[in-house]
Amino acid sequence: MIRLSNVHKAFGNNHVLRGVDLHIPKGESMVIIGGSGTGKSVTLKAILGLVTPDVGTITVADKDISKGDRDALLSRFGMLFQGGALFDSLTVWQNVAFRLTQTGMDKARARDIAIEKLRRVGLKPDVADRFPAELSGGMQKRVGLARAIAANPEIIFFDEPTTGLDPIMAGVINDLIREIVVEMGATAMTITHDMSSVRAIADRVAMLHDGVIKWTGTVVEMDSTQDPHVDQFIHGRSTGPIEAVR
Amino acid sequence: MTAFLASIGRATLAILASIGAVTLFAGQTVGHMLRPPFYWREFISACMTIGYFSLPVVGLTALFTGGALALQIYAGGARFNAEAVVPSIVAIGMVRELGPVLGGLMVAARVASSIAAEIGTMKVTEQIDALVTLSTNPMKYLTVPRVLAATLTVPVLVLVGDIIGIMGGYLVGVSRLGFNPAAYLQNTVDFLEFWDVASGLVKGAVFGFIIALMGCYFGMRSGRGAQGVGRATKAAVVAASVMILAANYLLTELFFSA
Repeated sequence: MIRLSNVHKAFGNNHVLRGVDLHIPKGESMVIIGGSGTGKSVTLKAILGLVTPDVGTITVADKDISKGDRDALLSRFGMLFQGGALFDSLTVWQNVAFRLTQTGMDKARARDIAIEKLRRVGLKPDVADRFPAELSGGMQKRVGLARAIAANPEIIFFDEPTTGLDPIMAGVINDLIREIVVEMGATAMTITHDMSSVRAIADRVAMLHDGVIKWTGTVVEMDSTQDPHVDQFIHGRSTGPIEAVR
Repeated sequence: MTAFLASIGRATLAILASIGAVTLFAGQTVGHMLRPPFYWREFISACMTIGYFSLPVVGLTALFTGGALALQIYAGGARFNAEAVVPSIVAIGMVRELGPVLGGLMVAARVASSIAAEIGTMKVTEQIDALVTLSTNPMKYLTVPRVLAATLTVPVLVLVGDIIGIMGGYLVGVSRLGFNPAAYLQNTVDFLEFWDVASGLVKGAVFGFIIALMGCYFGMRSGRGAQGVGRATKAAVVAASVMILAANYLLTELFFSA
C-alpha cells in the first residue's frame, strides 16, 4: 500500500533521512518508533507531500505521490496531529466535518456525520457546538481522531497520539485507535515513542534511527529481538548504541 | 575590506531575495483569486474583522486629525491673512493624504499584526499542515479572502475616515475658530473635486492589499514557538507601514505630479 524507497531528506546541513526503505501492506497497522529528532515526523510528512524528499520515491497503491492529482491522493488519508491541530475559529462539528463540507456535502448531513463520528470516539453530541479552546487535551485528541476518520479514509496517520495525555486517557486513545483501525480495515501508520501505544496499536513495528530503518518486526519479535537499538529503546536504557545526551 | 564588501553584498542579496519572495507571494495570491474555489464564509468573516471592527480606530484617528489640522491651518494661515482657506485645506488634506495614510497605518497596526499572529499560530500548531491534509490550499483558504477583504474594505474605511475628519475640522472651525457653519460646509464642498476623493480611495485599496499581504506573508513564514510568531507579527507591521508610506509617495507622484 505504502512504499518508501531510499528516501533522503536534508534541511541545510542536517541530513534527517538518509535512505529510508519501508513497506506498509494494505490493512496493516505500522508503528514507527525512535528517539526525538530521528526523522519520524519528516517521514510521515514526506508521505503526505508536506515535505518533498531530496532523493528516493514514495508510492501509495503503486502510484508515485510526486506525480498525479495531489488532492485525490490526500482524499485517501486521514491524519491525527500531535497537538490535534483543530481549527480555532471553527466549532467542533465544523472541524470534524471540514473535509465533507469542502467537498460540497449538505451542511445538515455533514453535521449528522460529524456527531456520529464524535459519538464513535466517545464524545456526546453537546460538544459539537463548542470551540476547541473550550475542550480538555483528551477531548481535543478525540475530536482530532473524529476528524481523521470523518471521510472514512483508506489510510490513517497518527502523529504521537498520546503526547500530553495522562496514562489513563492515553490508554483510552490507544484502544480507540486500535478499534477504529480494525473496524474500518484501514492501513495505519503511527509515529510514537510511547511503548504502551506501540503494544496497543501495532501489527508491525519499525525502528528509525540515524535517518534509516534499523529494524522491523512484530510486537512479539520486538520483545525478543537481540537488536541493540531496539533493546535499548524499548527498555529505556540510557546506555547503548543510541547516544543519550545528559 | 573584503569582509566589509562581502557583508554589503550579503545584505543586498538578502534584500533582493525578500523582494523576490514577496513579489512571488503577491503573484500567487492574485493567481489564486482568479481560480476557484473561493471561500465566501472566510471572505465575509475577514470583511467584518478588517473593515467593520476597524471603524472605531479609523474614525477616532480621523476625528482628532481633522480637528488638529483645522487649528494648524488657521494658525499658519493667520500669518498672511488666509484663515478662510481652513475648510478647503482641511478637506483636501484629509481626502488626498491624511485620510488614506493615517487610516492605512492604523489598520496596518491593527490588522497586519492580527493576521500575522493568527496565521503564524496556525502554522506553529500544525493547522496549516492540517488544511493541506484536508485537501484545502492554505493560500486559497487563508490568504485570498483576507487580501481581497482588505483591498475592498480599506477604501470604505478611508471614505468614512474622510467624512469624519472633515467633520472634526468643521467642529473645531465652528466651535473654536468662529466660522459660520453654512459657509464652512459650502467652502468644503466648493473646493473639493472628484479626483481628490477618488485618488484617496485608490490609495486605500492599494494600502489594504499591502496590509493583508504582509500579514499573510509573514504569518506563513513564521518561525517556531511564541518568539517566532512575535517576530512575524512585528515584521508584518513594520513592513506594511513602510510599504504604505513608500506606496503613498509613488501614488501621489503618479496622480498629482505635473
